[in-house]
Amino acid sequence: MPEISELWKSVNLRERWETAPTWVRMIVSGILLAIAIYLPFLNVLPFAYIRTDLSTGGSDWSGVLTTIVIYMIVATGLNVVIGMAGLLDLGYVGFYAIGAYSLALFGSPDSPVTHWFADKFGLSEGWSVPFVACVPIAIAIALAAGVVLGAPTLRLRGDYLAIVTMGFGEIIRIISRNANGLTNGPNGITNVPTPPGPKDPDTGQPFFNPIDGYRWYWLCLAVLILLIWLVRRLEYSRVGRSWLAIREDEDAAAVMGVSGFKYKLWAFAIGAAVGAIAGLLFGSKQTFVEPTGFALNLSFLFVAMVVIGGSGNMVGALFGAFLITYLPERFRGLSDWRPFCFGVALVLVMILRPQGLIPNRRRARELEDRRLEAEEVATDD
Amino acid sequence: MTDTLESQAGEVLLEVDHVTLRFGGVVALNDVDFHIKKGEILGLIGPNGAGKTTCFNAMTGVYRPTEGEIRFDGQQISGRKPHHITALGIARTFQNIRLFPEMTALENVMVGTDARHKTSVLGALFKVWPRVRVDDVDLPRNRVKRAFSQTFGVSRHYAEERAGRRVAMGLLRFVGVADRANELAKNLPYGYQRRLEIARAMATEPKLLCLDEPAAGFNPAEKEELMGLIRKIRDRGLTVLLIEHDMRLVMGVTDRIVVLEFGTKIADGVPSEVARNPKVIAAYLGEPDDAA
Ligand SMILES: Nc1ncnc2c1ncn2[C@@H]1O[C@H](COP(=O)(O)OP(=O)(O)OP(=O)(O)O)[C@@H](O)[C@H]1O
Ligand SMILES: [Mg+2]
Repeated sequence: MPEISELWKSVNLRERWETAPTWVRMIVSGILLAIAIYLPFLNVLPFAYIRTDLSTGGSDWSGVLTTIVIYMIVATGLNVVIGMAGLLDLGYVGFYAIGAYSLALFGSPDSPVTHWFADKFGLSEGWSVPFVACVPIAIAIALAAGVVLGAPTLRLRGDYLAIVTMGFGEIIRIISRNANGLTNGPNGITNVPTPPGPKDPDTGQPFFNPIDGYRWYWLCLAVLILLIWLVRRLEYSRVGRSWLAIREDEDAAAVMGVSGFKYKLWAFAIGAAVGAIAGLLFGSKQTFVEPTGFALNLSFLFVAMVVIGGSGNMVGALFGAFLITYLPERFRGLSDWRPFCFGVALVLVMILRPQGLIPNRRRARELEDRRLEAEEVATDD
Repeated sequence: MTDTLESQAGEVLLEVDHVTLRFGGVVALNDVDFHIKKGEILGLIGPNGAGKTTCFNAMTGVYRPTEGEIRFDGQQISGRKPHHITALGIARTFQNIRLFPEMTALENVMVGTDARHKTSVLGALFKVWPRVRVDDVDLPRNRVKRAFSQTFGVSRHYAEERAGRRVAMGLLRFVGVADRANELAKNLPYGYQRRLEIARAMATEPKLLCLDEPAAGFNPAEKEELMGLIRKIRDRGLTVLLIEHDMRLVMGVTDRIVVLEFGTKIADGVPSEVARNPKVIAAYLGEPDDAA
């Protein structure tokens, strides 16, 4: 282990990246992006071993890639709430569900909501809100839900907030299961719309269909990149600094003029909106939404992604999402052992790397300084 | 001495008006009544547990007085939220240092400068609106961007970020922490952390700066240096309220002194008067102060 980490340190990717000239960074980003775009078609051995559909019964590779990217979107949003603002949100799946259900309720011609609208206003049979209009609706509902949940609870600290948010996640799931007149209850909602696109001239299939999974993957990838870009902007601004200050010492931040409540609410609302976007993509890809897809353990999975990767660091959170989604799919053969391996892995990370696999730059620097200090002390003797 | 006379003629900046503050049965402040005038350095002294820090907490909105009022610049501030009070112009440091440990020294101070900034979430997200004009020093280096900014102005986010960084670096230089601006606050030596707290408080552009035992744990030379810094702060036009245990130091730097004991004010006046006050002598007698 120490040799590996020494080797890793001597490569010092982060430092090199930060000091590299702009054109180098642009070329490297371009190459990485090209690889990411090419991934669904990867068929060159030995690299193709990363595919999940080599053995019979393996999951569809494009499908797995799409799920990974959707969970990366989730991690990006949850990292704002947990990593930056320091709010332990255990009910994030609630917002994910709200995204999926908003799309289903307004966009599907089979949902009770569109039926009600059609009856009420005498609209034609099979009327529904177009996908593109559902996106802002979903975001608005999620923002509102974030504010409604956050406004009374963000005055709580630490564990209390965790419990209340966990309750919120459960409430959303239970409503979706029991409010038959609104959500069709356990039967779920079918015919969830997919994004618009040119129809296939031969088969008449829509552009985003279950067979051409790579299109979904590309769409989600584009959304992920857009969201990362936006969240980065927040991180390196007055808003991001306020979040960090609140996470570090809320009372001192208040005395320095940071309105804790306002910025925590923003973090919550932004996290909610990003989670809803992920849920919306998920629901649209499934074309079917039902309550069991939003169980509480998904919330824990989401939190685990952010914490394993390195709380507060976006690259870490993305990497955590990747590991937690990809590894179980790739090693399906061990599926009986999955919960066990997952638990062991979590405990190991907490013991060996409490700062996460790719720690936040600040944390990394601090640990490095501590090592140097220790060496100084050692050489002093 | 002329200093003292001048400040005595100054306007009142902060009034603590018969403030009582109880924690259950403990009376931390008992009918405390004093004021601070613009441009002076007021010392607040008293034995351990006298209620000095509690007085700061009441002034900065951390606690709400049980009875009485605190007025700043003519406005009532007792009971208002800490960040409102900061916006009005009171800043403070903490007795037990409370920096943001995982942020760099520069970022710590920038949190302070942010108190006067207005960039919102939308402004930081889209960086287009509102647009403002900035001086040449703050324009982008890149020629194309520079020309663009000269015609259309820059986004407020950009302008505030540049100005914040410039002001923050200036303050770090002022307190003498600039050489370690990019180090994490928690890794700075103790003396740097104390001074960094002062810089962070000053970044909020206060009218009144409250320092809670800024020299605690310093050796005599460092204390002397710090007192010099406090005088320089006053010369910048700030009013300073200073809590300090070391009587000799307080005598040297303050224009006026208020003495608390067991939550009650026992003396108030110019240093030479206070030093001769029998109650003050009694309060400090038998209690060796930590001049070490
Ligand atoms: N939050 C609180 N709850 C209960 N009692 C408190 C609280 N804060 C302060 N006190 C009490 O109020 C009294 C005044 O405390 P304070 O910290 O203001 O003293 P101080 O003058 O700053 O002393 P020191 O020189 O030790 O810093 C003490 O008796 C303390 O125990
Ligand atoms: Mg105190």
